[in-house]
Amino acid sequence: MRMYRWGFSVFVLMWLPVGWVMAAATWAPLAKDGIHDPANPAVTVLQEPKEAFSNMPRDEFGNFVSWVKALQEGYIAPRSSRSGEGKDNILDLDVLLPDTGAIPMVRFPHKAHTEWLDCSNCHDHIFKPKAGSNPISMGPILDGKFCGLCHGKVAFPLTACKKCHSVEREKK
Amino acid sequence: MWCNGFRWASLCCTVFVGLLFFQATPVWAEYGDVTINNRASKEGMRPVIFPHWFHRIRFRCKVCHAELNFQMRAGGNDIKMADIIDGRFCGACHNNQIAWGVENCNLCHSALPGAKTGVYNRGQTTKGPGKL
Repeated sequence: MRMYRWGFSVFVLMWLPVGWVMAAATWAPLAKDGIHDPANPAVTVLQEPKEAFSNMPRDEFGNFVSWVKALQEGYIAPRSSRSGEGKDNILDLDVLLPDTGAIPMVRFPHKAHTEWLDCSNCHDHIFKPKAGSNPISMGPILDGKFCGLCHGKVAFPLTACKKCHSVEREKK
Repeated sequence: MWCNGFRWASLCCTVFVGLLFFQATPVWAEYGDVTINNRASKEGMRPVIFPHWFHRIRFRCKVCHAELNFQMRAGGNDIKMADIIDGRFCGACHNNQIAWGVENCNLCHSALPGAKTGVYNRGQTTKGPGKL
């Protein structure tokens, strides 16, 4: 009987890390997300992330939703101005950043960004508008500069390497 | 029952490891949630949680960050309730016209008391925003 109790404790314990990892891969309910106060009477009025996200195209990080796809494929239709009558200034221009050592090069797509942002959100105070004139590297990015101003805070995180490092080098 | 050493040890181990896991659970928040506590706790209110995801479904980034001049920095906007009531910052939409109004205190002031200003992602975060 002694052995069974020990075995039972181990059996229960081993599910803890599994549960923890599983919880990490889905959307925590607001009352249990570690930041919302479960004692707040309004916590049940706020929409749950799960309800909003379940029908959107998935991704493997951040909100676990691909926001670019969600917009391009019509799952969401966010307004371009407060009144809803604003126009979009979408620029379809890719910038190649080849100085990435041996790993795949970075392709920066203006299109995906200008569907959401205004030119003034990045230019000129974060990025000088000339290819090759910004000293971008992973150090400053991790420190919250350049791409890291948004990516890692509100846009997909830096654990999604291949999202940016997507251009394979030609093999010699 | 508890004087049996082996049972006592196994119970302690279970409790100890269980506690370790609970303490190790980081603050999740939803990715991109901004906790704002410039003055809320001092004034006896729960800090504010601004959920980017909910707003992103309805508005493109430029609406708040270009048209409404919100700084891209947690705590970087000096927002007082008077500003909101006057239609600045959150009040540009939370005015009972575009979105619900300012009398719904607990819908914004929803963070755990004392929560600090910042963006707490699931450990997938960077040290930012950087200083501009």
